[in-house]
Amino acid sequence: MTGEKVRVRMKVNRQSVELLCEPRQSLLECLRDILGLTGAKEGCNDGNCGACAVILDGRLVNSCLVLAVEAEGSEIITIEGLARGAELDPIQRAFLEQGAVQCGFCTPGLILATKALLDRTPDPTEGEIRRRLANHLCRCTGYDKVVRAVRQAAAERREVRA
Amino acid sequence: MSERAYRVIGSRPVRHDGADKVTGRAQFGADIRLPGLLHGHLLRSPYAHARIRRIDTRRAEALPGVLAVVTAADLPEVPDRLLELVEGTLPLSYAQANVLARRKVLYKGHAVAAVAAVNRHVAEEAASLIEVEYEPLPPVLDLLEAMREDAPLLHEDLRTREFGQPTGKLSNIAEHFRHALGDVEQGFAQAEVILEREFRTATVHQGYLEPQTATALWNQDGRVYVWTSTQGAFSAREAIAWVLDLPVSQVRVTPMEVGGAFGGKIRVYLEPVAALLSKKAGRPVKIVMPRRDVFEATGPTPATCIRVKMGARADGRITAAQIWMAYETGAFPSGQCGFGALCILAPYDIPNILIDGYDVVVNKPSTAPYRAPGATQAAFAAESVVDELAERLGLDPIEFRLKNAAREGTRRADGLKYPRIGCVEVLEAMKNHPHYRAPLEGAHRGRGVAMGYWFNIGWYSSCTISVNPDGTVNLVEGSVDLSGTRTSIAMQAAEALGLRADQVHPVVADTDSIGPTAVTGGSRTTFATGWAAWEAAQDVIRQMKERAALLWEVGPDQVEFEGGVFRAGERSLSFRELAERLEETGGPVIGRGTVNPSSAGGSFAGAIADVEVDPETGKVCLLRFTCVQDAGTAVHPGAVEGQMQGGSAQGIGWALNEEYLFDPQGVMLNSSLLDYREPTALDVPPIETLIVQAPEPDHPFGVRGVGEANIVPPPAAIANAIYRAIGVRLRRLPMKPSAVLEALWSKER
Amino acid sequence: MKWFDYAAARSLPEALELLARPGARPLAGGTDLLVQMRAGERKADLLVDVKRIPELNRLECDPAGGLQLGAAVPCCRIYEHPEVRRRWPALAEVAEMIGGVPIQSRASLGGNLCNAAPSADSVPVLIVLGARCRIAGPGGVRVLPVEEFCTGPGQTVLETGELLVGFELPPPEPHSGAAYLRFTPRREMDIAVAGAAAAITLEDGAIRRARIALAAVAPTPLLVPEAGDRLAGKPPAEEHLRAAAELARAAARPITDLRGTAEFRRHLSAVLTRRALEAALARAREA
Repeated sequence: MTGEKVRVRMKVNRQSVELLCEPRQSLLECLRDILGLTGAKEGCNDGNCGACAVILDGRLVNSCLVLAVEAEGSEIITIEGLARGAELDPIQRAFLEQGAVQCGFCTPGLILATKALLDRTPDPTEGEIRRRLANHLCRCTGYDKVVRAVRQAAAERREVRA
Repeated sequence: MSERAYRVIGSRPVRHDGADKVTGRAQFGADIRLPGLLHGHLLRSPYAHARIRRIDTRRAEALPGVLAVVTAADLPEVPDRLLELVEGTLPLSYAQANVLARRKVLYKGHAVAAVAAVNRHVAEEAASLIEVEYEPLPPVLDLLEAMREDAPLLHEDLRTREFGQPTGKLSNIAEHFRHALGDVEQGFAQAEVILEREFRTATVHQGYLEPQTATALWNQDGRVYVWTSTQGAFSAREAIAWVLDLPVSQVRVTPMEVGGAFGGKIRVYLEPVAALLSKKAGRPVKIVMPRRDVFEATGPTPATCIRVKMGARADGRITAAQIWMAYETGAFPSGQCGFGALCILAPYDIPNILIDGYDVVVNKPSTAPYRAPGATQAAFAAESVVDELAERLGLDPIEFRLKNAAREGTRRADGLKYPRIGCVEVLEAMKNHPHYRAPLEGAHRGRGVAMGYWFNIGWYSSCTISVNPDGTVNLVEGSVDLSGTRTSIAMQAAEALGLRADQVHPVVADTDSIGPTAVTGGSRTTFATGWAAWEAAQDVIRQMKERAALLWEVGPDQVEFEGGVFRAGERSLSFRELAERLEETGGPVIGRGTVNPSSAGGSFAGAIADVEVDPETGKVCLLRFTCVQDAGTAVHPGAVEGQMQGGSAQGIGWALNEEYLFDPQGVMLNSSLLDYREPTALDVPPIETLIVQAPEPDHPFGVRGVGEANIVPPPAAIANAIYRAIGVRLRRLPMKPSAVLEALWSKER
Repeated sequence: MKWFDYAAARSLPEALELLARPGARPLAGGTDLLVQMRAGERKADLLVDVKRIPELNRLECDPAGGLQLGAAVPCCRIYEHPEVRRRWPALAEVAEMIGGVPIQSRASLGGNLCNAAPSADSVPVLIVLGARCRIAGPGGVRVLPVEEFCTGPGQTVLETGELLVGFELPPPEPHSGAAYLRFTPRREMDIAVAGAAAAITLEDGAIRRARIALAAVAPTPLLVPEAGDRLAGKPPAEEHLRAAAELARAAARPITDLRGTAEFRRHLSAVLTRRALEAALARAREA
């Protein structure tokens, strides 16, 4: 083994970054501990809660199950990159207006999951919403208001497009 | 329904911490970053029961990147005193032994040593280099076996208390208590139908998404700073100080945002360890618990065995109930059985009651409260029997409950005489709910109902309100916000001050910055801290009246305040106009409020569940679910619905899938979020809610806490629904597919 | 996690060269491997990232109408592929069943097979669809049926230095259909207590050929030839489906573990086989 750290270049929230990490460090660990982007949360570190979800090259991933070195050359969007300036993304607003946030720990993952869902499926049914969010555990809300928030966000995005 | 008209209370403003939580900016426990921060990791016992013979930390200390290693030897000897926990008291020596095991390990996962290193990977590696020599002992894993005279003992100093008195007898039974009302023998003699049933429930976990975490800095001036995810900054401060044998004022606890708790984040686990590591390393230390340790080494909620004997007359009146209930406490005593006993028959007016309760230690993690601690298991037992009695008597299950419903003046099992409660209102609302009246057709489908109760607590809270020159106020509170209490408390202040909710800026403060405030738990926070905010608002109004009086040259008692306007005769100033003139009238205005209500109005909740059972696989699918709950006055109805839906979903998980599975040596087999199986979005239906409002008589706004009662009825309601779907009564939680199938097979045999 | 090195291979020869080093292990989606390494269940000194190798990323129909599926193609690409959805709907469905969305962005069917869990959902589907594995190694390329790949829990036929490159699926026969059903206590995000895949080809209203394979009821994903053979030449009537399901039950040799008892699993083998046959039959009739 070389025992050497690896230089990784990627785009995070539209900004180019370069960091030095150990191959064993997850993308989650590097986002949080090196880049200070603590919006992605560690809930289980084995891909079963969804709290660490980020969007990597357009796809939703559990950042705990991606090594930072695997993200070389990738584009990553974290929850910190969703709002534009002082303006919340409509998904973020929908979560607030529908009361879909309680403790807020699963919220970044759920919001990014919603973005990933609506980017590919603009008009999901309730069943599709529940299925596509099933990797994201939420222990506070019972999911009802989360589903409503996703529907509101979907409707608003469709209106903007129309 | 609410009799008073409010301007703010009853509305649904966006929560004050909302923007931070949807942008990832909210700072949860593990999000703290400090210069020179080290990462800690704990070594835990592989045995459920063993004596520690020797710990050798030399190899760990020698690993490059390691800055400190600690064991129980680094903990001070502490005086014998009782630590006040929400669920009762715990000898300090036990609380300390749960933080780092001293002579014995009492459950798999019990902390034995800890390391601080430059990063988590090095800390983990170092922990694996610590050598511990154990002498394994036979584990005591079953509740009923632990109660036997010949069972191996967990503690050499645990003596049973019986009926509140020490007996001197060494045993695993920590406590045996009794509640008696009337004469049960006589009551059963009057009954025409008597049922006697036994129920078992498995250990379950609160399942919060944020693992326990703590960061500590033992400063060079001797003060200890702690940043943690806790339900109570002050209770954590006390526990940390006591475990480390420090004066409480030497410890400052900063409560971070809490990623779910549900009772599980009252105890301290990592905080004293992080502090000890920091003391040795001279740098701040952060520890984040791996998920497996969250399951194995925090406080799940007790497994139970409950026997219910209940009798009723043919006219539908329950004449007597006798309960035998035993709760596992895990490795150290806890008082949850006592809570269960207060709740098990609470929805009913039963003249003759005898309850015997037992708290029993076993070699499992030390249990902690979980949302209405002790009540869900109790209601599963009692509400199943109530349902069966209704069936035997040919009565509609809600009508039967209404016939026996508790109301103002009814005596609870412990003798408490109810003030105004909403039990009847909840039952009436269930009966009239469209869900209860909707047809349910199809094979293997059934509908069940159940009631639940949580007594709610009062306890002490502090708030200050300072007036800003622009007519808004800053509200500083000591209550940790688990799910929106910043807003529900701010709304009460806004209502009192005639302001909008967004004109009150709430801040949850650290223990140096606000007066003592009890833990967020027991559904007390919106009730008690809201009351403290109301008191602080009254103090502000009183001072502001004095300022207006000064300007108008009248007596303060001539100034009135209503609807956000100060008036004396023809003269008036809005709150904002007067706020602009504080500087010229004597300087800042800061109001303070402290309360310590001895009791709070309890909350009743009811559940209606429709299920469909797959008779070939045993899988239960929820088709429809409704929660009805008494909120007294719903301050933020959206937040109340959120509590009802969240509690219902947890109750559904408890009913159908969640449980701790152990091997014969006491090793947990499913300590991951994959195999523990909390419900996903697909496992729960849309949860319908109906808020009942029977105002609490003493609270300024009639508020009742709503955090807990909602988790209580779902398992019983679902069990009753399954019975109607397939004709089998399940008396063991969880009602997992294999259990449903086995019950079906044994019915067919 | 213990320290390891990382290398991203850009070509098959480069990957094989890297995998020849001591302690080397291929890394595809990582959704099993990283979890197992954190838990100390698997070890590696060098992780060779195979996701950037063109051969392992192929997803296309070959001229004969079959499917070339690279071992590292993530599940999401499989179930979003219109041709796969239309012609191999059971494959698309199982790709959408493994984990949840963020898992499906990374996890591959090659990884699912190489992880060699008895409960692997995609393996019975690949088996009943007649998929073959393409394996590259120091000695060249070999091809074998998927049902011969796993040798025990976590164990496969792969020799040191060998790499699973991809799968070859034959074109679906006319009037054929396949389906996979699993039983999990949760609706998603769960491991199969038992699973059953079935493929049926109809001819003149009768079953010409059927294949049945089971998950989580044996040390490896299990092809049950006798259950499929029982249906050959029979009309698609319930009694025959039941008889085949009984043969599946008889072939199951499950263990009792935290997810279910052996008895429960045997029972589920029959139930799921019958239901999978019914679903496959419905597809075959539409095809």
